[in-house]
Amino acid sequence: MNKAKAFSTILVAGAMATALGAITSSPASAADDMEKCYGVSLKGQNECKAGPGTTCAGTSTMDYQGNAWKLVPKGTCTSMTTPKGHGMLEPMDS
Amino acid sequence: MPSLADTQLSFTRALRDPAAPVPAGIIAWSGNAPKRRFDVYRNNVYSSLADVLAGRYPAIQRLVGEEFFRAMARVFIDAKPPTSPMLMQYGEGFAAFLDAFPPVAELPYLGDVARIEWAWSRAYHAGDAQPLDPARLHAVVPEAFAGLRFVLHPSLHLLTSRFPAFSIWHANVEDAAMPPIDLGAGGEDTIVVRPRLSVEVRALPAGARQFLDTLSRGERLDAAAEAASATDGFDLELNLRELLRLGAFCDFTSDEGGADDNN
Repeated sequence: MNKAKAFSTILVAGAMATALGAITSSPASAADDMEKCYGVSLKGQNECKAGPGTTCAGTSTMDYQGNAWKLVPKGTCTSMTTPKGHGMLEPMDS
Repeated sequence: MPSLADTQLSFTRALRDPAAPVPAGIIAWSGNAPKRRFDVYRNNVYSSLADVLAGRYPAIQRLVGEEFFRAMARVFIDAKPPTSPMLMQYGEGFAAFLDAFPPVAELPYLGDVARIEWAWSRAYHAGDAQPLDPARLHAVVPEAFAGLRFVLHPSLHLLTSRFPAFSIWHANVEDAAMPPIDLGAGGEDTIVVRPRLSVEVRALPAGARQFLDTLSRGERLDAAAEAASATDGFDLELNLRELLRLGAFCDFTSDEGGADDNN
C-alpha cells in the first residue's frame, strides 16, 4: 500500500482537523453549510397514526372506486417549472 | 361446513371485489342487508389503508391532490395489500408503483420523492443508536485520520435521484406555498437519518454519496475521499464537518500504522 494517493495522510488530517475545529468552535446554532444551501433540518414531517382502521371515518365517505383514471393530478405538481414551461415533464424513458 | 381456509378465501375475495357475493355466514343485525353492510366494511378497509398511505406519503398526496391520491391508493392497495398486521410496515413498494403507473407518467419524479418518504418512515422506526460524539476524534493522532473507518448510523438511508427530489419533497412537507422548483435543474442526492429523536433529511453536497457508499463498505477514510473526489466539487472538510454534525456516524475504528500508507 505504498502507492501515492490523491488524498494523502496529511490532506486527510488537515481536513479532519479543520472540520473538528469548526464543530467545536461554533455552537450548533451557527451557520451550517448544508442547511444554508438546502433549508432547515426538518421535524418529523408525518405523523404515523397509531390506529388507522380503528375509527369509523371510512363509513361517511365512499372512496372512489373503479376507473379513476379520468382524474388528473391537481396538487402542487402543477405549479412547478420545467424546461418546457410549467407543471409536468415529459416521461424520460429514452 | 366449509374449512377455515375456504371461509377466509371467500372472505378475502369478497373484500377485494365488490361484485363477489357476500361471504357465506355473514349476517347483519338488521337482518336483511348484509350486502350493504359488507360494502361499508370493505370501504373501511380500503379507506383506512389509504389513510396509512396518506400518512406515510404526505408529499405525494400534496403533489397530486387528495382526490387523485385516494383513487391511486386504491389501485395500489389492490395490487399490494398488506402482508403484515403491522401497519407501520405498510406502503413499501409505493415508489416503484408510482414509477410504473401510467396516469402519473408525466410526473416522473414522484417515485423518488416517495423513496425519501419511505426512508423517512424506516428511519423513524429504526432502533435507537447513539451518534458518534465528534469529541472522541480529538483523541486520535492526526496521522491516523486517513486510516479511520467509520460506522454509519444504522438508521441512515441514501437516495439518488436524477430529479431535484429533495427540493420537491422539502417544498411539499412544509405548509408554506410552493417555491418555484425547476425540474430541469438536475438531480439531487438525499440523506435520511435519525441520530436522535427526530428524523433528519438533507440534500447531500457533491460527491457525498460516493464518500458515504465507500465508508459504508468499511473502507478507510482516505479511500472514501479518493472515491468521492471523482465527483467535481467534492469537499472533504465540508463533508466531514456536516456529517459529524448531523450524526451520520455512530462509531469508528482506527487502522494501526495508517501513517505508513503515504509516501
